[in-house]
Amino acid sequence: MKSFFYTLKQSFLQFGRNLNMSLISIFAITCMLLILSLFFIVVINISTAAETIKGDYDSIEIFLEDETGIEQADEMIIDLKTQEGVADVFYKSKEQAMAEFKERWGENGYLLDSLEDNPLPNSVVIVIGDLEKADALAAHAEKFDGIEDVKYYKSTVDKLLEATRFVQIAAFVIMIFLIIISIVVVSNTIKLTVFNRSEEISIMKYVGATNWFIRGPFLCEGIIIGLISAVISVGLTYIAYSKIVDIMGDQVYQMLSMPMVPANFLIMNFTWIFMALGISIGSCGSIISMRRFLDA
Amino acid sequence: MIVFDHVTKYYKSNVGLDDVSVRIKEGDFVFLVGPSGSGKSTFIKLLIHEINADKGSIRVRGEEVTNMPARRVPALRRRIGIVFQDFRLLPKKTVFENVAFAMEIIHKPRKQIRKNVPQVLTMMGIADKADKYPDELSAGEQQRVAIARAIVNRPRILIADEPTGNLDPDTAWEIMQLLNQINRRGTTILMVTHAKDIVDKMGKRVIAIEKGRIVRDEFGAYGYREALEDTEMTFDTIQAKKRDTGRIKFRRGGEKQR
Repeated sequence: MKSFFYTLKQSFLQFGRNLNMSLISIFAITCMLLILSLFFIVVINISTAAETIKGDYDSIEIFLEDETGIEQADEMIIDLKTQEGVADVFYKSKEQAMAEFKERWGENGYLLDSLEDNPLPNSVVIVIGDLEKADALAAHAEKFDGIEDVKYYKSTVDKLLEATRFVQIAAFVIMIFLIIISIVVVSNTIKLTVFNRSEEISIMKYVGATNWFIRGPFLCEGIIIGLISAVISVGLTYIAYSKIVDIMGDQVYQMLSMPMVPANFLIMNFTWIFMALGISIGSCGSIISMRRFLDA
Repeated sequence: MIVFDHVTKYYKSNVGLDDVSVRIKEGDFVFLVGPSGSGKSTFIKLLIHEINADKGSIRVRGEEVTNMPARRVPALRRRIGIVFQDFRLLPKKTVFENVAFAMEIIHKPRKQIRKNVPQVLTMMGIADKADKYPDELSAGEQQRVAIARAIVNRPRILIADEPTGNLDPDTAWEIMQLLNQINRRGTTILMVTHAKDIVDKMGKRVIAIEKGRIVRDEFGAYGYREALEDTEMTFDTIQAKKRDTGRIKFRRGGEKQR
């Protein structure tokens, strides 16, 4: 416990003595983390969107010809309800479809009022319970008479998910690079302190200090740098992201009909991720910078 | 106590130590003499496992030092105190802190530090300098601090690497008296030196190394004429040389003015 406080005290002293260099590395790492957070935000939003879309499109829509009457639709519904993997089947009139459409457009919904005719068709909607059966259901629906088209979004959703995965992998690779760069930055700062204190370290070694005892303060210094950077970048990200959600959130919702991930939720996850990142960047950096020095 | 058994250490181009066997008994006071590059430093470095021997075996109080795993090196060094020619004090710490430092890093309790450090400083005759910084002290006083730091953890062995190299003869002799006193309390002392007058005056065991081999091992005198001529490292010769060069420079300056 005593040596813990010794280590902590030493590391703050070092941080202070090396203030300029410490501030520069904090700045550099904060920048890295901010870029990282940008990627995180994009990835998290895209992933959430993909999940939402997947849920939204767990349905098959059968568009009916205008001549097809409600009785025929009822027959279809009865038939479909007997099929496997169907959670629900319901009839959607063209008026209902229009109302939904308007709602989706939100404030701009009045634009649709200028339409003289309702161009949307009546439809039967199948809510799929078991996605495995989706292809078979779509094929079955194709066989009905009096239908205009069967809209089934599986392939679209698949493509979207694929794109999402690609973005995730790309972001992951870039993140790894950024983390490596951060570690190099920290290790250079620590190296400077190590050089400044090489005399002290060699004396410590001659008197019989263990490597971990010597390493401790430097490790702590690295962690302090990492943590401060993490706190700053989480703070900045929170402020910036809240602003973005404020300004763009509504538009994004109108365009894509899905909300952005709320700032509070995002930051809660970010705080832990970035703290962990800061600590690991700091400790890796300092251990690397000391390795050669302690071996000798 | 300290046993070198057919120890050989090669460097890339030359030999550090060549098949050296020597025993140093507990409580001995031993001088290690020889010209620069003869292997004295290699001897010391091997002893504290700063470098590892290529062949042979080194034992310190029965413990094998050769090929010692890194994690056991700190424990070895805690049993060996070291004093250097250039003192190696930390300039930003006071005398007290410099000595306390040696105890802090091996987790000695604060209470014990406050008790032992003044004791050692008193023994070294610098109790009144406890709050001074190294640059406020004379060279002799600085070396006393360095010795205090080396012995504060009560090592069984004290290595002194040319401890009088930077001191004038009177101060050097005072330091020797301190080392003798420490030795009389039971600490084995191994001192590397070039100072013939000191070695002769002390009349202790002298191990002479040349080109990595022990060429003489006997009680008494330095007896190392070649080394003396080679390096001119005794204090007197250095001082004489300095005076000469000073005089020459002065004379030259004078000539120009004329």
